[in-house]
Amino acid sequence: MAIVETRHLTKVFKQGELGAVNDVSLTTEEGEFLVFLGPSGSGKTTLLRMIAGLETPTSGEILIGGQFVNDLSPRERRIAMVFQSYALYPHLTVYKNIAFPLKAQKVPKAEHRKKVEWAAGLLGIGKLLDRKPRELSGGERQRVALARAIVREPAVFLLDEPLSNLDAKLRTSAREELEHFHESVGTTTIYVTHDQVEAMAMGDRIVVMNFGQVRQIGTPADVYDEPADTFVATFLGSPPMNLVRKDDVIVGFRPEHFFPVTVLAGRAAMPESLRAVDREGPYVPISLRVSHEEYLGAERILYGTIEDGAFQGNKVVSRMPSTLASPWSSGSVHAFAVIEKHLKFYAADTGKRTAPRPGPWR
Amino acid sequence: MSAPARKASAARSPSALGIAMFAPAVLYIVLLIGAPFALAILYAFSDARIGATSIHFAGLENFRSILQSPSFRMAVKNSIVFTVCAQVIIIVCSGMLSIALEKPFRGRGFVRFLILLPWVAPVSLGTIGWKWILDSIYSVITWVLVSLHFYKPYSAPMWLGQPHLAMASVILVHCWRLIPFSTVIMLAGMSAISREIPEAAAIDGAGFWRTTFQINLPMMTPIVSVAVLFGTVFTFTDMTVVYILTAGGPFDSTQTIPTLAFATGIAGSDLAAGAAISLFLVPVLVVVAYLMLRIAHRAEVV
Repeated sequence: MAIVETRHLTKVFKQGELGAVNDVSLTTEEGEFLVFLGPSGSGKTTLLRMIAGLETPTSGEILIGGQFVNDLSPRERRIAMVFQSYALYPHLTVYKNIAFPLKAQKVPKAEHRKKVEWAAGLLGIGKLLDRKPRELSGGERQRVALARAIVREPAVFLLDEPLSNLDAKLRTSAREELEHFHESVGTTTIYVTHDQVEAMAMGDRIVVMNFGQVRQIGTPADVYDEPADTFVATFLGSPPMNLVRKDDVIVGFRPEHFFPVTVLAGRAAMPESLRAVDREGPYVPISLRVSHEEYLGAERILYGTIEDGAFQGNKVVSRMPSTLASPWSSGSVHAFAVIEKHLKFYAADTGKRTAPRPGPWR
Repeated sequence: MSAPARKASAARSPSALGIAMFAPAVLYIVLLIGAPFALAILYAFSDARIGATSIHFAGLENFRSILQSPSFRMAVKNSIVFTVCAQVIIIVCSGMLSIALEKPFRGRGFVRFLILLPWVAPVSLGTIGWKWILDSIYSVITWVLVSLHFYKPYSAPMWLGQPHLAMASVILVHCWRLIPFSTVIMLAGMSAISREIPEAAAIDGAGFWRTTFQINLPMMTPIVSVAVLFGTVFTFTDMTVVYILTAGGPFDSTQTIPTLAFATGIAGSDLAAGAAISLFLVPVLVVVAYLMLRIAHRAEVV
């Protein structure tokens, strides 16, 4: 087990262009499950590949377990990586696939079978050892790739979107298994994904990236509840945070904090969690002209435009339990509200978080 | 290759348009391959000669006399040596070239272009160039070797005039011609390997040799066999290189089955014997064609 650290790591593919990764400094904790989250092209995979030793950094340093590894080849870094395509060797059986790292690292042949069986057993693929990769399902291939990664007990696991090739149902169960697996092995793991649900569910901490820069590092609760800038605020959450501009400040509030005022006043039938709302302090009334509504079963997403007040003309979204009544014909105007303490404030010029401004926000 | 056509024809009954589209290919095969092949079989069992006005059935007489002829046995041996040596050199060289040319580097496009040139140039022109390079009096190679004092001017090797040297020269010129072809095939095979697989091998701890011999080459086996089979056909049936460089000489030392068939049947005007000699190419080519179809079929399934 080891700690991975990067110092001012930068990768520029083409001179004169913006780097794929720019000045990234971060440190994992021992045994941590760290997730790199970002849209495609945000540099998360390049960052991972630099840690793996598959890309050479343009500048900056990488340390694994306190050792400077910039000049070490991938095989000397004691890492294991699972690729998005799994990269199984198609001409070798599952057994030989899993044993390949042992062979390559000159582990005595006598130990191979024991180790392969241990890894295969851990992932429940003991019966597949004689098959070829093309005879396996997507989920089984993913497990073989994981078994190949753990068989030589690496110091660090690097996972590059290992679930993105699975279908939606399998992905949920594979996610659970992967979490369980990480708990039982306890190896420091870096996991790259563009899927915020995966990141929120699995990560001990999340590194949110965009344009090769780290926008925020924090626990899932940190990055969701206290986004450091407008990018993080809109990248996390579905639908994303509402951002409305007022002079030099951008005010943000999550769609699930944006309710009909009747709910806040306690007049409608409402879930337990919302009933306490009244006691949570003053709220900002906003009248909303509904443009359209999406019914998603458990919840209802309402799209509309703010009719009056300080935020007039801004498009916003509300997300509420579908148990609330629905008089939401498009074009109608309704009284909505946000509790003031749920408002986040960002500087309009930099997009960075700023100190709360006092109301009233009418 | 043939499977989609088969599927398509099974899916709906052949329409007039379908037949019309298909006809040129059939015509081409029948006229330019089928008819000469049938003619060759016909001649091989006859006493046909250039200039003769009638032909008679001769049974297996032609085959009997060919099998007894020392120059035919020599030609078979030469054909095998020529094909096997050329293929080994071609595969090893084009394998190395394709590994070298796979990774991007400055000027790679230009180098690829240069390597492809021998394949693009007409065979006969390229070979005539080599004939000059290897000429007994004006050879540049000899001239260089002499100026470097490896040889005395009067005892320099005769590249095309000494039996073993002549065979080596023919083989090397043929390699020069076919290496580009199999390099291109192997490059295509390499780029079909997902980039992540060699990377996974690198992370798993494999070095260059292990990655090349245990991962990349086994994954390329199908494409390498395609290159070998095509190369075998091109070499085994090659006429141009041998004919232009040595015309089979000296003393039949570079005579191969195709050149012997030409020398006997056309130059020696014994059509029947020439046809019979050329029929000895068929068994080898049938085996190669069968293997090719099998590989193509397997590649389709995977």
